[in-house]
Order: sequence, then C-alpha cells, then structure tokens
Amino acid sequence: MTDIPASWQPRLAAKARLRWDNVEKRHLLVFPEAALLLNETAVAILKLCDGERTIEQIVDTLAQQFVGTDRTLIADQVTELLTRLQTRGLLETERQ
Amino acid sequence: MTAPRPYTLVAELTYRCPLRCPYCSNPVNFHAMREELSTDQWCQVFSEAADLGVVQLHLSGGEPVVRKDLPALIRHARQCDLYTNLITGGTLLTAENLKQFRDSGLDHVQLSIQDTDRETAEHIAGIRSYDKKLEVARLIKQLGFPLTLNVVLHRFNIDHVPELIALGAELGAQRLELANTQYYAWGLENQKALLPTRAQRDRAEAIALEARARYRGTMEIAFVQVDYFAEEPKACMGGWARTYMCITPTGEVLPCHAAHVIPGLSFDSVRHQSLGTIWRESSALNAFRGDDWMQEPCRSCPKKTVDFGGCRCQAFLLAGDAAATDPVCHYSPHHQAVLEAVAAAEHEQAPLVYRDLKNSERLSGHS
Repeated sequence: MTDIPASWQPRLAAKARLRWDNVEKRHLLVFPEAALLLNETAVAILKLCDGERTIEQIVDTLAQQFVGTDRTLIADQVTELLTRLQTRGLLETERQ
Repeated sequence: MTAPRPYTLVAELTYRCPLRCPYCSNPVNFHAMREELSTDQWCQVFSEAADLGVVQLHLSGGEPVVRKDLPALIRHARQCDLYTNLITGGTLLTAENLKQFRDSGLDHVQLSIQDTDRETAEHIAGIRSYDKKLEVARLIKQLGFPLTLNVVLHRFNIDHVPELIALGAELGAQRLELANTQYYAWGLENQKALLPTRAQRDRAEAIALEARARYRGTMEIAFVQVDYFAEEPKACMGGWARTYMCITPTGEVLPCHAAHVIPGLSFDSVRHQSLGTIWRESSALNAFRGDDWMQEPCRSCPKKTVDFGGCRCQAFLLAGDAAATDPVCHYSPHHQAVLEAVAAAEHEQAPLVYRDLKNSERLSGHS
C-alpha cells in the first residue's frame, strides 16, 4: 500500500461521483459497477478533496469545523478514508 | 413479500448490432422482437427507476449506439442522477458522437475487445473491427471518459490473458473485465466451440489474480469465472430480482438477460404498467425471490443465503426445472451434466454459430 504524503492534494477520480441518495437519506459515492454509502465524516472529508488543498490543509479545515475533536484523530480518519479510496482507484493519482 | 431496493438497471435499448459474436447474451430468437420502446418510454423508465432507488444505469444492447436518440436518453438519465454507462462494441463510435455523449452527461464507457490477435478477434466478432476498436478506445480516453475494457473469454482467446492485461494498461483502462463466456442463449448454442479446457482456465485465472494485485489502484481487474468449473454455484445476479433488473428493447422487465428462456414465466412490460408496480408485483420477478421456492438440497443448505441456489436459467437449461438446484453445485443430482460438458471440452470441436438475423430465424424455426 502506498503511503499518503501530507503534501498530496487529493481529488476524486473522474469516474467517481458524489451524490445524495434519497432512499437512505445519505451521500453515496458512485463509480463503475459499485457505490459506497458514506457517513457524514467521509462526506466532509471528500468535499474538501478539490485537488488544491493538501492533506494537511484538509485536516486543519476539519479541525476548525469539528471543534473539540482531537486533531490526530481527524488526521487518522482522513488517512484511512483516502487510503481506502486510493486502493479502489477512486482518487486521481497523477500528483503522487 | 416486500420488494428489495434495486440498484442496477440494464437497459437493452435495441437488439440491432453490427457485430455477430457467438456468445451474445441476447435471446436466440431476437429476430422476433423488433418493436423498440420510444425515447419517451425509455425516459419514463429512467425516471421511475431512479425513484425506486436505482443508482447504476447500463445502456446496452445489441449496440446501443444505433439508437439515434442516444444523446437525449443520456441527458435524461443524468437529470435523474443515474450513473450512466454505455456498453458498446465501439464500431459505430466517432469523435463527434462521443463528444455529443460526453456533453449530454455520459459518465463511463465500457468497450468490448474480442482479442489482442487481429485474426481471432475478427473471427469471433464476425466482421472486420479490430483496428477500429483500438482507435475508438484511444478516442474514449482522449475525451476524458473513464474506460472499462470488457473481454469475453473462451477457448480461442483465454491463453492471451497476459497480452489482454498489457493492452488494458497501455490503453489506460480503469477497469479490465476478463469475463468468461456464460453458457446461455448464443453462448449455449456455441458451448462445444467455446468452452476452454480446465488447464486453460486455471492458467488464465492464476495470471489474472497475480495481475490484479500488481495493478491495484490503477487498473481494476475482474475475472469472471466459468461456473462450469466450480463446485459451488455463483450467486447469480446477487439473487433473483433482488438488486438488478434488465429491460428488453421491447419493454419487458426481467431479473437478468437470460430469463426469457424459462417457460411459464410471464414478464410484464413497461408499456402497460409502471416500473414500480412491476418491480413489486410482477409474478415472474416474485417467482424466485426469497427462498420459499427452493427444493432440496438447497432448502436445508446453510449456503442458500449466500448463493441463492445459483442460477435459475441454468437450472432449467441443464436440469429441466427452474426451481432445481443449479447443476453447477456438486450437491445437485444433475451435476454430472456439467462434468460431461467440461470433459467434452478437452477433445470436442464445433463450428461457430454467429449471432445474426439469419441464424436467429433459423434456430427459432423460421426459414
């Protein structure tokens, strides 16, 4: 598995689309042949993956949004989600 | 029974197709089903599917690109927020129509490739198409579409899995489907010609699994089994009418491409009823939902919630009873039929029966 550097500016791959699901009342990440139901934390993280912000900036922004949550915990959640998505080819890889 | 949520709709827009592949999943008697749904009817279906919870839409065929209204259909599907995939043989694609599809909101293209060897590829497709397909694959990428390459595997190309993987990587495919022929419809007509040997299949699978790990994160590699070689049946369609539906060019709602073959089932049409009513109430879709219909050995089997008894079409085709255990299962009293087909593949040969109008008429008793 590739390590995720703090300077990486992640962006969703062109094949993946984030959308609201009216049946489950949750966000879905849809891509060829499958879809992932996301929790609110994952949605908050993905909405910041714009190809401009670095991982570090994403964690900073989330720390401001979720006041009182430990920054290390947020960083771990970001790394975990992005690693999972990267393994499935759901993030743009050209910046690595 | 409450109907589950459907996630996937395969819209077979037409049975017309310039290719003549002998493993085609369209019904053998497709010649008799020519009255296609209109643009408005399909748009209505897409809206109703999205309301039911469908997320994935596959525009398939035949060759869907023969439909002149394809851009309008794509536009409507995107308005319904469906993830829209074009399943195509590619021979009718051009930079112009691909741009039009992209601007209409198409998410993804799945292109079929018959082989890396030109002669075999064109022998299987039944027409000259090899160069055109490669050219189209590059165009699809240039226009920014995510690309899935789909290769149906059989005796003549399964030894080329390493070359097919290299081609997928070279073309920048985000997904490569190495899908062994499923023996229904035209595939079943051609089973003696197409079924690979066990050694061929074992080699191909080992190579595909090794490559899957190597390409993880860049190109997803799917290897769809020949279920004849398995001891346990596939969880066909993830269960009958559970998450998946297929609508034929004429508007009938099926649980899979092949279900037409089962006698005694009456499939309802979106021409007469809403998709929601059909999904919930169709007697054909309810026929094999859940497990009340199961016989032994399925009924008392702990795996019945995993494999759903396998494939209903295969049970009918090989055991003569759509409610029987899929004969691929080694507990099936009809498992011998599968073993015999596999043994025969070691030495038998047969000429290819191409999927075309003439053969469709001939095989369904019209001349």
